[in-house]
Amino acid sequence: MAGSTLEIKDLHVEIEGQQILKGVNLTINGGEFHAVMGPNGTGKSTLASAVMGHPKYEVTKGEILLDGEDVLEMEVDERAQAGLFLAMQYPSEISGVTNSDFLRSAINAHREEGDEISLMKFIKEMDATMNTLDMDKNMAQRYLNEGFSGGEKKRNEILQLMMVQPAIAILDEIDSGLDIDALKVVAKGINEMRNSEFGCLMITHYQRLLNYITPDHVHVMMQGRVVKSGGPELAQRLEEEGYEWIKEELGIEDETVGQKA
Amino acid sequence: MTVEVSLPYNKEYVTQFSQGLQEPQWMKDLRLNALDKSESLPLPKPDKTNIQGWNFTEFNHHVAGETIDSLDQLPVEIKDFLDEEEEQKNLVIQRNHTLAFGTIDEKLKEQGVIFTDMATALREHGDLVEKYYMNDAVHMDEHRLTALHAALMNGGVFLYVPKNVQIEDPIQAIFWQEDPEASLINHILVVAEENSSVTYVENYISNNKEEKTSANIVAEVIAKDGAKVSFGAVDNFEKGTTVYANRRGVAYRDSVIEWALGQMNEGDTVSENITHLIGDNSHSNAKTVAIGRGDQKQNFTANITHFGKGSDGYILQHGVMKDKSSAIFNGIGKIEHGASKSNAEQESRVLMLSKDARGDANPILLIDEDDVTAGHAASVGRVDPIQLYYLMSRGISKFEAERLIIHGFLAPVVKQLPVEAVKRQLTQVIERKVY
Ligand SMILES: Nc1ncnc2c1ncn2[C@@H]1O[C@H](COP(=O)(O)OP(=O)(O)OP(=O)(O)O)[C@@H](O)[C@H]1O
Ligand SMILES: [Mg+2]
Repeated sequence: MAGSTLEIKDLHVEIEGQQILKGVNLTINGGEFHAVMGPNGTGKSTLASAVMGHPKYEVTKGEILLDGEDVLEMEVDERAQAGLFLAMQYPSEISGVTNSDFLRSAINAHREEGDEISLMKFIKEMDATMNTLDMDKNMAQRYLNEGFSGGEKKRNEILQLMMVQPAIAILDEIDSGLDIDALKVVAKGINEMRNSEFGCLMITHYQRLLNYITPDHVHVMMQGRVVKSGGPELAQRLEEEGYEWIKEELGIEDETVGQKA
Repeated sequence: MTVEVSLPYNKEYVTQFSQGLQEPQWMKDLRLNALDKSESLPLPKPDKTNIQGWNFTEFNHHVAGETIDSLDQLPVEIKDFLDEEEEQKNLVIQRNHTLAFGTIDEKLKEQGVIFTDMATALREHGDLVEKYYMNDAVHMDEHRLTALHAALMNGGVFLYVPKNVQIEDPIQAIFWQEDPEASLINHILVVAEENSSVTYVENYISNNKEEKTSANIVAEVIAKDGAKVSFGAVDNFEKGTTVYANRRGVAYRDSVIEWALGQMNEGDTVSENITHLIGDNSHSNAKTVAIGRGDQKQNFTANITHFGKGSDGYILQHGVMKDKSSAIFNGIGKIEHGASKSNAEQESRVLMLSKDARGDANPILLIDEDDVTAGHAASVGRVDPIQLYYLMSRGISKFEAERLIIHGFLAPVVKQLPVEAVKRQLTQVIERKVY
């Protein structure tokens, strides 16, 4: 087995005192692409945020391990340096900090002190990656996400992904708000990352993304748990039939997290 | 009630000082008149800051500085203000109270541009200076500090741009307070005639951590019809200097005055930046960034007053507060009756880095006309934990993430300063003050 392994075991998460995740189990190995699907409000973003260490989410039970290391003991920046990456559903806007300065800091944060990337090399790589993603050159000098359109923000997340080259990435609705051409471009970028080492978990509502990036595993979340897993055919069936049949199969009336199972 | 303050400088002193500089008669008269007024006029009353006990009168009034023959003779701290790559063609360096170095592009000189220290300007262009000096913008008898200023003015520059002259290269002035007890009562007069344009930037620096003195700065900017003046400043007086800074613009028809002020003093500071949009379609953009640390007390007022129709004003004030410092940011957008179709916008934000610091943002809109638009945004808060999380999720340490956010918060002024070296120097000052 190549690459890193992210193990999520019996994960329970609260936000502001409300229980959202109620025992999530999931393992992502290097080289694998996973898709997580599920209706609105079933805990998908909560899972992603808890893995990355969002300050508002409190893990009350369970474990997250990266190559056996306890992720929950790590600060947010340490998680990133250990190889985790989260493309956020709603990336922050940061005024006065140029995209390019930010990216360079991010890359250097993954390198040893004294081994910072040279400015020339950085610019070359950034230009090339922006090219792949069909991004306007002046996006580099604009302030981080400030005034970016929904689609531009998503592309910018993938730009970071491609430049930081993490071991395991979680992409939270990277396809929402993208027009069809942009979706193809973003998928191309993600597929370029694909190799025997890189592990990826894509949260999505649509089969559309999975047509371009075929997942090895598909999981469905409801009520703050993974309730069903399968191969790419599961996503296909969800696209055609929706979630009703799963709810029936499992006897779930209300799939959101507020309900007791 | 006015507190009695007796000035250490009397009529005889002021008369001799003026004569020693061979000033025109009008200037001597103004000084003496102002000296008289300074005893009876009250101090200004900045909103929510009591300045009654501040030192505005104890200092060494006149200290000559040595001239320099070449910029190589400057110490590093002053060289920092100058671009190494690009030679500064238009530069005045004032050392204590006298001109140490001055140069202006020959081509500009031929076009009638004047850029020189105030003493020389008064001797050589007395009539021209008289036309504008404390006439259109700041008045001598507004309060005790303007009167004191007029009576004891001991430095500054005069910048005159004739009609239709567009100056590409920035004009730079460095006010170097080498003597730790020297006051600086500095007068900057910028006159841009019709359809001219100019970018001016000034740096203030002193070294008096222990010694006490005071600075009283008045800058007047006159933009005639269609003129454009961009005014940048980095104030960096040390702890011992109490600062009063009054920068005021008067904008006539179709003119533009832009301010980018990095107010980085270490001592107690009261600063007002007022622009009068007199002419129709005149425009002003007033940006200030400030940092408070230690037990420093500061009061900043940015005011744009609209008289002309279709005039447009935008105020931005960003402050970072540390330790036990306190600062009040007053943003005033005022639209006078008759200034229809005008627009007054402002944004005041204060970032608190310590729980013992105090920061107030007071946005005020005073509108005496119906057909206008106006808006304001104000906030006082800490570094946003969600922004921190976002940056840290890319591997950036908490320290570095905060640093990026703070520099970003102060970027609006840094970005607008014209000379690369001055941008870099302000960035360094910010870095030093925040960490
Ligand atoms: N601050 C909060 N306080 C209380 N409940 C919250 C808070 N933030 C999120 N939630 C709830 O947590 C639940 C799960 O949210 P989450 O964002 O994980 O859903 P999701 O599966 O990503 O949904 P979507 O598909 O709409 O993005 C939702 O019901 C949401 O309302
Ligand atoms: Mg979500």
